[in-house]
Amino acid sequence: MNNLSQFSLAKTPASVGQWLLRLFIASVAWFAAYSQLTAFADWLVQALGLSRQTPFGEAVHFFFYDTPKVLLLLTGIVFVMGIVQTFFAPERTRALLSGKRVGVGNLLAASLGIVTPFCSCSAVPLFIGFLSAGVPLGVTFSFLISAPMVNEVALVLLFGMFGWKVAALYLVMGLLVAIVAGFVIGKLNMERYLEDWVLKIQAGQVDQAFGDRPGWVARFDAGWGHVREIVGKVWPYIFAGIALGAGIHGYVPEDFMASFMGRDVWWAVPAAVLLGVPMYTNAAGIIPIVEALIGKGAALGTVLAFMMSVIALSAPEMIILRKALKPTLIATFAGIVATGILLVGYVFNLVL
Amino acid sequence: MTAKNIKVLGTGCANCRNTIALVENVAKEKGVEVALEKIEDLQQIMSYGVMSTPGVVIDGKVVHAGGVPARNKVEGWF
Repeated sequence: MNNLSQFSLAKTPASVGQWLLRLFIASVAWFAAYSQLTAFADWLVQALGLSRQTPFGEAVHFFFYDTPKVLLLLTGIVFVMGIVQTFFAPERTRALLSGKRVGVGNLLAASLGIVTPFCSCSAVPLFIGFLSAGVPLGVTFSFLISAPMVNEVALVLLFGMFGWKVAALYLVMGLLVAIVAGFVIGKLNMERYLEDWVLKIQAGQVDQAFGDRPGWVARFDAGWGHVREIVGKVWPYIFAGIALGAGIHGYVPEDFMASFMGRDVWWAVPAAVLLGVPMYTNAAGIIPIVEALIGKGAALGTVLAFMMSVIALSAPEMIILRKALKPTLIATFAGIVATGILLVGYVFNLVL
Repeated sequence: MTAKNIKVLGTGCANCRNTIALVENVAKEKGVEVALEKIEDLQQIMSYGVMSTPGVVIDGKVVHAGGVPARNKVEGWF
């Protein structure tokens, strides 16, 4: 849910030049701050008279290192994504996807899911909008799975906490689940399990053009609006998540999690997926906890399966989708995605 | 002058409520008489071809979709 002119920064709109100057100053400040993260946390722990040798000191260090790091990364990437999203309005994405063949279409849909602005409250209108424009059902599902699961917030947090390899693996695996699940749903020819009123909506009704191509000032504004919207929404989760993570980091004994979330526990992955379904939070709230769990010996595949399940298979979204899909199709959708996530969990546990 | 008929399309998320409040606010400021309607039914929303909510329809024409409109955009409608 993002809009080009959703937020106005100041009373008088800035020019492109003013924006570039602002961006330059912000970038310099950003890199300066980012290079001093460890120094800052070290200094603060010392200034408080604590020692990293004690559990409390270690927890405090963890909190004051991770929080600014995650917030900096998030602000930077969300700003860039806000600008990228202005190039991919849902209408544009739909136009790119309509009439695409199964296969290529699934790949394209899953990829566009990363860059198209998406909000779960718009899931159904988007879903129907795609179908009515002639996007095949399976391709639409690829988009619908990828859009919430492979998003910039999840990727930034994974990158910030586990490095680029884990973030890249998550990206590839998330896309794979979306592509394959959409492909399978498409092959099953489940169009008759759409609610009847959905099928009645005529194609062509939806070709309404409004809004102009945004200029660069509007794009920068959109980037900033995106930062205010996303960072403004997720920061309490990040604080709470990192605080909880810091507590686990400082106090829970090493290898405590290994006994029931380690890679040798075969049932841990399905249990993690099941546990994730009724939970509904965003990536920001869950990743700091994930990091702390892994630090104590939980297997990465198990934890990532849990994370994907929480984000992609949420009960509230199913309830929204029920308005447009018959139960058989929802069950198929959930079953296929869950299977995909299970495989991802096992593969991660095997290779890492 | 007859009242403008304004419909806000949305499934009841926070942004939809914000949009309604904003439209009401601007209309009052400008002294324009409006008949504001909230459309929450999905079938009706879809009949306007809006893919991302909230959307705004004035006198049967979609003028905005996909997020809370900017204040100056709303002012331009009256």
